[in-house]
Amino acid sequence: MTFDPYASATETTEGRVYSVTGGDWSDLSTEIGATKEERVVVNMGPQHPSTHGVLRLILELEGETVTEARCGIGYLHTGIEKNTEYRTWTQGVTYVTRMDYLAPIFNETAYCMSVEKLLDIHEQIPERAQVIRVMMMELNRISSHMVCFGTGGLELGAITPMFFAFRERETVLDIFEEVSGLRMNMAYIRPGGVAQDVPQESVSRIREACKEMRKNFKDNETLLVGNSIWMKRTKDIGYLDLAGCMTLGITGPILRAAGMPWDLRKSQPYSGYENYNFDVITADTADAYGRFLVRMGELEQSLRIIEQCCDNLEKLAGAPVMVADKKIAWPSQMSVGPDGMGNSLEHIRKIMGESMEALIHHFKIVTEGFRVPAGQAYAAVESPRGETGVHTVSDGGTRPYRVHFREPSFNNLQATAAMCEGGMIADVIASVASIDPVMGGVDR
Amino acid sequence: MTHDDGMFGVQGTGDTSGFGGLAKTGASTGSSERPYGSYFDELTDDLERAYPQFSEAIEAVVVYRGELTLHVKREKLEEVARNLRDNPKLQFEMCLGVSGVHYPDQVGRELHMVYPLLSMTHNRRVRLEVSVPDADPHIPSLVEVWAGNNWHEREAFDMFGIIFDGHLGLTRILMPDDWVGHPQRKDYPLGGIPIEFQGATFPAPSERRSYQ
Amino acid sequence: MGIEEKLPSGFLLTTVEKLAGYMRKNSLWPATFGLACCAIEMMATTTAKYDLSRFGMEVFRASPRQADLMIVAGRVSNKMAPVLRQIYDQMAAPKWVLSMGACASSGGMFNNYAIVQGVDHIVPVDIYLPGCPPRPEMLMNAIIKLHEQIGSEKLGSNREQIVREVEAAALASQPSHAHNGLLA
Repeated sequence: MTFDPYASATETTEGRVYSVTGGDWSDLSTEIGATKEERVVVNMGPQHPSTHGVLRLILELEGETVTEARCGIGYLHTGIEKNTEYRTWTQGVTYVTRMDYLAPIFNETAYCMSVEKLLDIHEQIPERAQVIRVMMMELNRISSHMVCFGTGGLELGAITPMFFAFRERETVLDIFEEVSGLRMNMAYIRPGGVAQDVPQESVSRIREACKEMRKNFKDNETLLVGNSIWMKRTKDIGYLDLAGCMTLGITGPILRAAGMPWDLRKSQPYSGYENYNFDVITADTADAYGRFLVRMGELEQSLRIIEQCCDNLEKLAGAPVMVADKKIAWPSQMSVGPDGMGNSLEHIRKIMGESMEALIHHFKIVTEGFRVPAGQAYAAVESPRGETGVHTVSDGGTRPYRVHFREPSFNNLQATAAMCEGGMIADVIASVASIDPVMGGVDR
Repeated sequence: MTHDDGMFGVQGTGDTSGFGGLAKTGASTGSSERPYGSYFDELTDDLERAYPQFSEAIEAVVVYRGELTLHVKREKLEEVARNLRDNPKLQFEMCLGVSGVHYPDQVGRELHMVYPLLSMTHNRRVRLEVSVPDADPHIPSLVEVWAGNNWHEREAFDMFGIIFDGHLGLTRILMPDDWVGHPQRKDYPLGGIPIEFQGATFPAPSERRSYQ
Repeated sequence: MGIEEKLPSGFLLTTVEKLAGYMRKNSLWPATFGLACCAIEMMATTTAKYDLSRFGMEVFRASPRQADLMIVAGRVSNKMAPVLRQIYDQMAAPKWVLSMGACASSGGMFNNYAIVQGVDHIVPVDIYLPGCPPRPEMLMNAIIKLHEQIGSEKLGSNREQIVREVEAAALASQPSHAHNGLLA
């Protein structure tokens, strides 16, 4: 092992133990004192207003220039992947949705797609369910980009974009609440389809919301696009060209800002994306400003897709939203009653009075869960940050054997060193804001 | 293949009550037969041409649910990876991380590392899988081939205890630096506490009775 | 050199308490301690639709030394726990802690090796807010309740008496799981 000043190793009775702590500050400071240059090690975070969550940035500075930048992550490690091994496949959705908490629908869809691949029912997902999935995903993309826009602006000193962005986000969250019952972390996409149908009245509401958002996006754009202060802070900052992106495994707006028009929705379409008209937005500057423009452009494309989804929903009114196989489909239909949301009365009448099989299916699927044939599968979606991939392994039982998420933010954050070294401290903030990491996804 | 019969050893029924007996089979490591379908044949032929020691390095080729998995021997992993990345017919520029799975039943091959690869030029996906025993959990590091695997390998070390030879700086990344144990292994407990209610406690999720 | 050292007693004390409570609650500055999903809802509470600045709280201080209220928003992992305690220690008294969300209050759905099962294991919590994540209105409700609590907080000798009573009650109480049902 080579000597790493930040990770000293000691041999103990249980093997080699690495200590990456601040405990060697005294060694470090004596060493630094001995060097001639003015090298300072600065620790930003994990609690810091500008680090997009609990990210710890360890910067080695020479004056104002960053000579080395490292990320310390793991402050939000929740053990979600291990938790899914102790729950049924459907309960896994509620865990998985909290990884990348700004794009919960994408986590759920990727997970459900890999489960459906293992179940071999991915061809039999009803069309209405696919349309709803696409619509929810694009709405989630808008809300996620709005958070990036707002918090990115806030970190660089622009306070107003925060309020403007969250106004749009509230519109989207209202739609989420109407469709799924929750604003965030909805657990709405289930293996086999979606948990419940979109009310027909909501479709026209969604259409109006799209019109409103389109108008408001113009306001948002006038705030920052072409704004000379914003451009000075983000142009040529955080440069990462195509080769860098490829080797670091970076996908999403960072890759598209480097010029590569790679979007899983176009290259390897899923959930019926091949039937929608939209463009892949790219920029060719590979800097923070380019990424910002890519995200702004994607908002408009998402609106286009949502409007096409609304058309499809109106055409497919009354179609099922869960796979037909009763041994997999989530049984209950929910409705709002006098004591809140619960199983609808028709469903209860059916399982208690009319169909024994329906009662058995309901009981078995909710308590035990469905069985997934043994094997492994990998499914990926294009989330707002890049490619969210899920590698699921099943042992033939009702619980996942292993669920591993390939979160885009995990890879994207590795670019921090490449983007920040050689720049100024203030540019570190701009670079990290342009990467748009979500620590829940990084640490899982 | 492992065979786990339920409570009373009854064979051959599909009864899931838990009392009739439940046979749970482990994952098999057989190989698929040619033709593999879609672009998989072309891919394996190109790889064989690019890498003549194909038959020594690749233990099995599995095609399941429309995905190709190449089971690679760990000594040849780096060569196979380089060929996959550099050969113009293959061009798997992007490695989408390192995923680990722990199969305690497969004695001698407990820890599996899965590398999903993506070729943007040819729009293809393939998966490499390496199996190592618990007693000797060393795998050559692929950081030189795909730099993005840096943190993924650290995570695999942290979660499974696999040592990647050639990785400079293999330290814990998700757990605190002085944590003992590798959480994602099957022999590591979930570690919850009993849930307190008024008048009773309810066991943690890993301790509860389960009908598998 | 704060107000606590110079307190009178008796009737004058209650007037001072009311005044101090009024001042403190109407200008409570939160410290940024957003960790996970609840942090996003906390941010949404500060924005225009649910405007937290009505209560004087839109100023989220980055430095804990300038903050009064720590809203622990999100799941606290074992790696983050010492950091949480350090931030809490850096805050100057009087300080309050609002544990936002199920994960901060009790570990939430993550009953496992990685998450601290409730931040009250690490810091003393004044008000718990359930939800996953709690809606912005729920957060505001919790903050208003905390404001009421702060507004009526006792100072000086009254406070010492209350602290003694609370400690005695805590020592005498049974853990909730040992209660024999609701009728016991």
